[in-house]
Amino acid sequence: MNTSDSEEDSYNERSALVQCESPTIPSYHQDHDMSLPQETDTKRGRPVSSGLDEPGLVERERAATPDGEEEELTLKYGAKHVIMLFIPVTLCMVVVVATIKSVSFYTEKTSQQLIYTPFKEDPNSVGQRLLYSLLNTIVMISVIVVMTIILVVLYKYRCYKFIHGWLILSSLMLLFWFSFMYLGEVFKTYNVAMDYPTLAMIIWNFGVVGMICIHWKGPLRLQQAYLIVISALMALIFIKYLPEWSAWVILAAISIYDLIAVLCPKGPLRMLVETAQERNEPIFPALIYSSAMVWMVGMADSNNPDSADERQRNEGGALAQEGVESEDDVALGGRRRCSAEEDLEEDRGVKLGLGDFIFYSVLVGKAAANGGDWNTTLACFVAILIGLCLTLLLLAIFKKALPALPISITFGLVFYFSTDNLVRPFMDSLAAHQYYI
Amino acid sequence: MTLAVFFGCAFIAFGPSFALFVFTIAKDPLRVIILIAGAFFWLLSLLLSSLVWFIAIKASNSQDLTLQRGLLIFGVFFSVLLQEVFRFAYYRLLRKATEGLAAISDDDGSAISVRQMAYVAGLGFGIMSGAFSMINILSDSLGPGTVGIFGDSQYYFITAALMTLALTLLHTFWGVVFFEGCEKSRWWVIAAVVSLHLLVAGLSLLNPLYEGSLPPVYVITLATGVWAFFSSGGSLHSLSALCTLCGFESRASRTMTEVPLSKTPNPQPLPGRRSMWLPTAPGVCSRQES
Repeated sequence: MNTSDSEEDSYNERSALVQCESPTIPSYHQDHDMSLPQETDTKRGRPVSSGLDEPGLVERERAATPDGEEEELTLKYGAKHVIMLFIPVTLCMVVVVATIKSVSFYTEKTSQQLIYTPFKEDPNSVGQRLLYSLLNTIVMISVIVVMTIILVVLYKYRCYKFIHGWLILSSLMLLFWFSFMYLGEVFKTYNVAMDYPTLAMIIWNFGVVGMICIHWKGPLRLQQAYLIVISALMALIFIKYLPEWSAWVILAAISIYDLIAVLCPKGPLRMLVETAQERNEPIFPALIYSSAMVWMVGMADSNNPDSADERQRNEGGALAQEGVESEDDVALGGRRRCSAEEDLEEDRGVKLGLGDFIFYSVLVGKAAANGGDWNTTLACFVAILIGLCLTLLLLAIFKKALPALPISITFGLVFYFSTDNLVRPFMDSLAAHQYYI
Repeated sequence: MTLAVFFGCAFIAFGPSFALFVFTIAKDPLRVIILIAGAFFWLLSLLLSSLVWFIAIKASNSQDLTLQRGLLIFGVFFSVLLQEVFRFAYYRLLRKATEGLAAISDDDGSAISVRQMAYVAGLGFGIMSGAFSMINILSDSLGPGTVGIFGDSQYYFITAALMTLALTLLHTFWGVVFFEGCEKSRWWVIAAVVSLHLLVAGLSLLNPLYEGSLPPVYVITLATGVWAFFSSGGSLHSLSALCTLCGFESRASRTMTEVPLSKTPNPQPLPGRRSMWLPTAPGVCSRQES
């Protein structure tokens, strides 16, 4: 029996690396990944890239600071942005690894598989396993491509209500059903007795607050926490239900797809970005992790509630057609006011799509799930962080949209396989003799 | 076994480096990035040396135990050499980054000085090295088992933790000294660091004769620490200033002289501001601005 489609609803994460736009800059590069609206199947997150709004940053600072300090400030801001992304990515990975190591449910292999990976891998025959994992990957990637194209088409024809509806449906699924499953497994692992009324109340509160925070307004930290939690839940589902070899091949294929989709002129993601730029709209604020923060501080009081509302609503991603345009204007107006008054505070924050979180966590989680070797997990973790750092560095250099997945996933995969096969026996022998290098 | 051993060994092995991280690195994003990049470089060196060892193992007779052990020892020394090569490579990379920054900015300083980068890079190497040595052992110590059931030493965990701590600190000190040597083109310093590292690895080969490995390694750690302190600009004067700074609670005013921590290579006190600390009673200081 295959798991139901509804589980896949939550794939509508996007991976993107975007920076909050500065209103003083008329044109900016922003990439985002998309969530694929689902008709019958699941959505899939798309890894995308982001554009760092360097010209904007430098421009805004030019008035205040002497020329030479700009680059230094850019470097400082660049470093701060990197750390603002390191922390949530690390937290998500920590949650996934902690769950994998303690709750055995997510590492038990069942015969159930997602319908996107229809071929069952036979562990006995290497050739057949390889072939079936390739076929599974092809199926999954084509589903993703189709969904992305559908999303682009929907966006082009302004069917915002439809997209919004799917986003809400998928976050409902994640926040209620998946967290219920997760909680159930945790209780089973620790042998905690729980009654249904209490559980219902917990899940209800968790879910409703999550929906409000993500799709409407809420404290920034709470929203970030919820986004991290749903990314972790999604990653855990992937880890459980994707077959072994298929998961690795899918990871590699997704990075390649990301590269193509963002950099090729006809790539769906690129078209989406350009469409959004033409319309001067923020791109799908829903399901993007935002770390935008401090520019709220120091604003005049009268502006505070408006800007807070606008920003939160933008993040929440109200995609109703009227909603987008009007809120966009107000948002732009609000931000313009705020940034004019803000001469001391710097940050515009960074946005990273949830698809990136999910795939990074899938990689690290699978490293943790196989064999219990912590060195491998640690190596993958460091590799992914360095990949993220390099991606941001490349963004600062090239100042154009770059995909966020390829470098990190490549490093992660290389380090996973080499640490698992080369470093592990070496370190084990060293530890056995207590030799230190 | 169990939690007591786990926490004890974890704190011994990682306590100081964790404290160093929290107090000196966590607040500055650039330092965090340099730390993680340092860890990455160490990881690369380990990867390459494992590859070489693995090829050697596969090419040799797996039944011959002395040969295997010999190959492992070769692997140890090769890995040490490769780590130092990567430390040098990381130095070059950081120098390029600093040069780039300094060339762009008007004033002399970049966001971070080479000495600070040396310390952070060394700490990155140390943390990664310690983590790779210790984490699997820690995770095993949580589960059931009997230490040394086949006749090995019973002190496995504690000695592993102590050795890890020594190595972490050593990497930090070596980082400071190494970068300083590269900056001033004193190649004997580099040779000394490499030979010290080889010596420490060689001493660990004496395990489980812990008397032969742990005390000398700690002596070397202390000596290298002192060397790093003086090499990064510390002096006896700054040490005495640190020692006469009494009372952790008397941080009343910000106008007091900045006392350098021995590992933070920025020891110059603020010019034009001196304050004299007069101990009036044990634990109580009064301060007099001059």
